[in-house]
Amino acid sequence: MTDFDVQNTLDRRSFLKVSMLATGALLVGIGCEDRSHANELQDGTWVPNLYVRIDVDGTVTIVSKNPEAGQGVKTAFPMVVAECLEVDWKEVKVEQAPLDDRYGRQVIGGSRGTPDGWDDLRIAGTAARFLLTAAAAKLWNVSPSECEASQGSIVHAGSGKAARYESLLEVAAGLPVPDVEDLELKSRPSDFKLLGTFVPGVDNPKILTGQSLFGCDVRLDGMLYAVFEKCSTFGGKVRSANVDEIRKLPGVTHAFVVAGTGNQTGLQSGVAVVATTWWAAQSAREQLRVDWETSHSDSTEAYDRQAEILAKEDGETLRTDGDVEAAFDSAEQVVEASYYYPFVSHANLEPQNCTALYHESGRLEMWVPSQNPKSGRELVAETLGISERNIRVNLARIGGGFGRRLRNDFMVEAAWIAREVRQPVQLQWTREDDMRHDFYRPAAWHHFKAGIDGNGRMAAFDHHFVTFGYGGETVSGAGLSPNHYPAGLVPNFRLRQSIIETHVPTGPWRSPGHSAYCWAYQSFFDEVAIAANRDPLEFRLDLLSRSYGEPPMDLKRASDTLKLATEKAGWGCRKLDANRGMGMGFHFAHSGYVSHVAEVVADGPNVKVEKVWSGIDVGPILNLSGARNQVEGAVVDALSTAQLEITFANGAAQQNNFHDYELLRINQAPEVECHFIQSDNSPTGLGEPPIAPATPAIANAIFAATGTRIRTLPFQRSGIKV
Amino acid sequence: MSPITLKINGQDHSLDVAEDMPLLWALRDVLNLTGTKYGCGIGTCGTCTVLVDGSPMRSCTRAAARFEGREITTIEGLDPSGDHPVQKAWNDEDVPQCGYCQGGQILAASALLESNPDPSDEDIDAAMSGVLCRCGTYPRIRKAIKRAAKYSLGDGGDV
Repeated sequence: MTDFDVQNTLDRRSFLKVSMLATGALLVGIGCEDRSHANELQDGTWVPNLYVRIDVDGTVTIVSKNPEAGQGVKTAFPMVVAECLEVDWKEVKVEQAPLDDRYGRQVIGGSRGTPDGWDDLRIAGTAARFLLTAAAAKLWNVSPSECEASQGSIVHAGSGKAARYESLLEVAAGLPVPDVEDLELKSRPSDFKLLGTFVPGVDNPKILTGQSLFGCDVRLDGMLYAVFEKCSTFGGKVRSANVDEIRKLPGVTHAFVVAGTGNQTGLQSGVAVVATTWWAAQSAREQLRVDWETSHSDSTEAYDRQAEILAKEDGETLRTDGDVEAAFDSAEQVVEASYYYPFVSHANLEPQNCTALYHESGRLEMWVPSQNPKSGRELVAETLGISERNIRVNLARIGGGFGRRLRNDFMVEAAWIAREVRQPVQLQWTREDDMRHDFYRPAAWHHFKAGIDGNGRMAAFDHHFVTFGYGGETVSGAGLSPNHYPAGLVPNFRLRQSIIETHVPTGPWRSPGHSAYCWAYQSFFDEVAIAANRDPLEFRLDLLSRSYGEPPMDLKRASDTLKLATEKAGWGCRKLDANRGMGMGFHFAHSGYVSHVAEVVADGPNVKVEKVWSGIDVGPILNLSGARNQVEGAVVDALSTAQLEITFANGAAQQNNFHDYELLRINQAPEVECHFIQSDNSPTGLGEPPIAPATPAIANAIFAATGTRIRTLPFQRSGIKV
Repeated sequence: MSPITLKINGQDHSLDVAEDMPLLWALRDVLNLTGTKYGCGIGTCGTCTVLVDGSPMRSCTRAAARFEGREITTIEGLDPSGDHPVQKAWNDEDVPQCGYCQGGQILAASALLESNPDPSDEDIDAAMSGVLCRCGTYPRIRKAIKRAAKYSLGDGGDV
């Protein structure tokens, strides 16, 4: 029986500290109600803290706390613990934690997993090793400092004694737990044995043989399948629906109207159809006749018209440095260009789904592919009016996140339906549901004007950002920091903003904002460099060589990635045919520094992106395989997304499946060569940083090969076909 | 509803399903073989790929009944121990990111290598362009297929 009474008290830091110092251990798993049982053998298993368990047969289990969506954390995090615990990776079993507040932040977002988890994971592994070392030292009556941990054993060199960890569990469990301050944590690449190596994903054996793993793979006894019809016009409400007829259709067990809460990120109004198979539910849904009440008719055409008007206005000034107008007046040359990128969808390959079981007792159990399950649990609790303590959330592997699953609309829908049907139920969206009810990356227009001085430097920069908002505030994913470069890199700088009102749901999309506007900045930098008759690399390095006021990033780390990528690509050293071109882009986001160089070959407007070289500094690399995978994937994602757009008419998305939203296929994918600067800085995340500079590197290479400057995305709107 | 018999992974299964129920949903919801994944439902993404008499075919659009008398292989049946050269190569190159499309990718790759034991990049692109990967594992898929080709030829060495 599962215990739903999830602890919900201390925050992560204080709990870790308190537990380590006072109780002597962190308990693993839900169901350990009595905390005084810490640091004991539980049914023969030693449980030194929340992350580690060692069995008497020597099995080492490491718990992975965060959800896994392909960012590789389920392998990389346990690697950190194993590195510090000094165990053989081949002996390690990895287990996915459920949502449990004792783990602190369990979120895929902001590339925060690695920097936030780094200390806790190292402490967990090191503290367990400390106890095992102390246990062996006690048994042998020697000083712990004379003992060494290696490959799952403690060794005393002086006497030649050795003991496997599993032989030390009982003694270790009786020892006082060390103060965190007394633990020596490995921190530098030179300290690592396992970290930094190429380690295949821990879920590979299941993935490669098709075993149950994802949210949509959950199968429970007596489980029903649900679909949920919502209004294609965002926010539309059900006036009436023919649910009585639907209930009579084959296999259908329930059909009912959900009023919804009017919360755009919560429970929307719609019609639920539940049946014994998903196909029966979906077939019945096709017979639905719903009368919808809609309240707006947003369209791409109307947005475009408004953007044109706003472009001529001044907008609201968000930042001014120096005297921009005077600098333009005295400039040798002024360069102006406008850039536009459209709305795009996340298009996770696994459409949204969620499985839920509502018990008569009022408790709810859920199997959730969410990037932010805690926020989902809060939403469910609030919407259904039940306590969070009565909701158990199991974390399923996620078939693609990219920011979409930071929203938990699918989770609250499943919970609502489960309470209605009182049987286990799996809600499975169609692809069309998924694409029509996304939280899209918002479009924007960037109007740039740069003044070049007598030294060929950018002396003035004026930027009018036309973006989307609601009630005068930018909507999610549509904001731009006034401190973003080139602010701080140009002496005379101005950022202005205008807002178009929208009813379209928007949200974070892999490296929110950055993944879109980096293309505009870095393409325009190329235009300025070329106008100033300077090499794009030399121009950028010069730009990064000084700051005016607070620098917007560590300029040396940024420059070093640029130097690395261009050196590996042979920038300026290789003679290219006339139909070939190279381009570059750099970016700093989510604490990561990334530069890419792309090489393309063109046949008229048809372009093939052949190769991308990447120079990256995110501190030490945890899993070399996972890290490279993120970079390779981000480059492919950038190239794919640069050819996609979501448009709107009558308040609804006009694309609904992969026939009109065509993701990149293998024949269009470039080779990617990654180079990491393994610095001693603390490691930071890599899920997001590599995507932003990939788009401009490719677009700048296309300009070099074709002479076509892409100022409008998708590429095909600029006459380029990849 | 009509009773049909499907031969899946070498075993006969009798099932009673709606006449128009696609093979995908018969596999997933009736037989609980959830390795075959739903991606688009219109035959564009290839996530639902299975092998039918050894050839890759999408399972999301054609009714299950139309597969009677055919040999269906799903990802669960390729080699349950994961020792197929393609599975081994997929692990050694660590192809998966989220992993959702990989069943379809692996089946398509295994069919390619059956008919073309030593494919070029162009052969790989042509054979594999039917299966989308949203995470962008394409560069690794190319490498893994070349590695699998070596494994199949009995060369377990460096690729």
